[in-house]
Amino acid sequence: MIGIIGYGAYIPRYRIKVEEIAKVWGANAENYKRGLGLTEKSVPAPDQDVITLSAEAAKNALKRAGIPANALGCLYIGSESHPYAVKPSATVVADAIGAAGHLHVASLEFACKAGSEGMYIAYSQVKAGVIQYGMAIGADTSQGAPGDALEYSASAGAAAYIMGQGPKVLATVDWTHSYATDTPDFWRREYQHYPRHGSRFTGEPAYFHHITSCAEALLKKSGMKPKDFQYAVFHQPNGKFPMAVGAKLGFAREQMVTGWLVPTLGNTYSGASPIGLTAILDVAKPGDRIFMCSFGSGAGSDGFVFTVTKAAPKVRDLAPKTRDYLDKDRIYLDYGTYAKFRKKILKNLED
Amino acid sequence: MTTSARIWREKPHRYRLEGVRCKKCGRTWVPARQVCPCGSRGLSAMVLPEEGRILTWTVVHTGHPEFSDSTPYALVVVEFGKGARLLMQLADFRREDLKIGRKVKVEFRKVQAAGESGVLCYGYKAVACSE
Repeated sequence: MIGIIGYGAYIPRYRIKVEEIAKVWGANAENYKRGLGLTEKSVPAPDQDVITLSAEAAKNALKRAGIPANALGCLYIGSESHPYAVKPSATVVADAIGAAGHLHVASLEFACKAGSEGMYIAYSQVKAGVIQYGMAIGADTSQGAPGDALEYSASAGAAAYIMGQGPKVLATVDWTHSYATDTPDFWRREYQHYPRHGSRFTGEPAYFHHITSCAEALLKKSGMKPKDFQYAVFHQPNGKFPMAVGAKLGFAREQMVTGWLVPTLGNTYSGASPIGLTAILDVAKPGDRIFMCSFGSGAGSDGFVFTVTKAAPKVRDLAPKTRDYLDKDRIYLDYGTYAKFRKKILKNLED
Repeated sequence: MTTSARIWREKPHRYRLEGVRCKKCGRTWVPARQVCPCGSRGLSAMVLPEEGRILTWTVVHTGHPEFSDSTPYALVVVEFGKGARLLMQLADFRREDLKIGRKVKVEFRKVQAAGESGVLCYGYKAVACSE
């Protein structure tokens, strides 16, 4: 039995509402809320980045796994907003959680699916018998250019997973499948601060093609149908896409709503579907099946079929739950403070 | 001053709140030291708990030039139990969080950046727990 033995999420406390952003750019907030299917998004504090969000999620995952940090054989962080261009985020996080030393560490990048590819690699290493336990984190603090549609959705958050085997497994990984092609729907060139995107091109040939191709192959491989699952979670760049692709594949709204966090979280990029999965694991019952399919621009998708075990209810209360991070103790920002936090405006420090 | 060597040297207490406890007088020291002021060399490794309470606080309105774009910011002395106290920044602070006795937890945060291209320094800050 191989699968997830620990998981943890982290979401910053700060939020900004769509109305607050739209007000500054003279845009119609209702149109954006309807078009994007979200009402607010999380915002990292000025002292938070992918490293700090990852460390907090990692600590939560370790609490649930109940293993010492130095038992980890690998640690991967998938993100498109690593604080350093050259120096792995994962080394800092490994040292912060007490895992540094004899483990394999890498920072991964594949737009919004870098988190799930870390999960796939960690799982594969455990399955191959190379390591006993492996941690994978999906985290981002991505930005949209001021006034761009992405500014309304680009948010911050992290999810960490520890893969292992034996009685600690709280959700088995039953099947996996990946799909990738060269599709230039979204990119950020070196030295550029903000990403560029192909507007509507990000939809059908990118998001929908890759998720449906991956998901249909995974369903065929596993011999399962959408009705065999209690939960499904897809990459969620906005509120509409995941519900639309899920419906296209044959999943019902009630199967997707638990992991559908984007309406009040925003798009956490590499953290998106992994954080959605943490919200599902917070409530799923033993025997429940979960279908997950990520998407990363450029482009590709990773699909997983999980089955929840009896271990899940025993450990889920050992760390903060995802909905608690999302729904409690929020601090709302005005656009000026948000712009300062995200370094869109800088203080003149000269006398 | 933020340097690579200093960040590397201070990892145990900045990253993991590691310190020592004196086996003779019971006092706790973070960062770790070799000899307790009581004269004992009998010190055992320990890690501070993740939660404590605000013992006292202040708000800095005119900060060090490195932090001048962060003002006003709050500094708190957190009591972690068994007499262990640490001066920390209270992150994400609201004025109503500044209460003596308020429960706080530690979170890993960015502490300093050596300019736009220099090394980043990380460590623990306190954040108020939900009431």
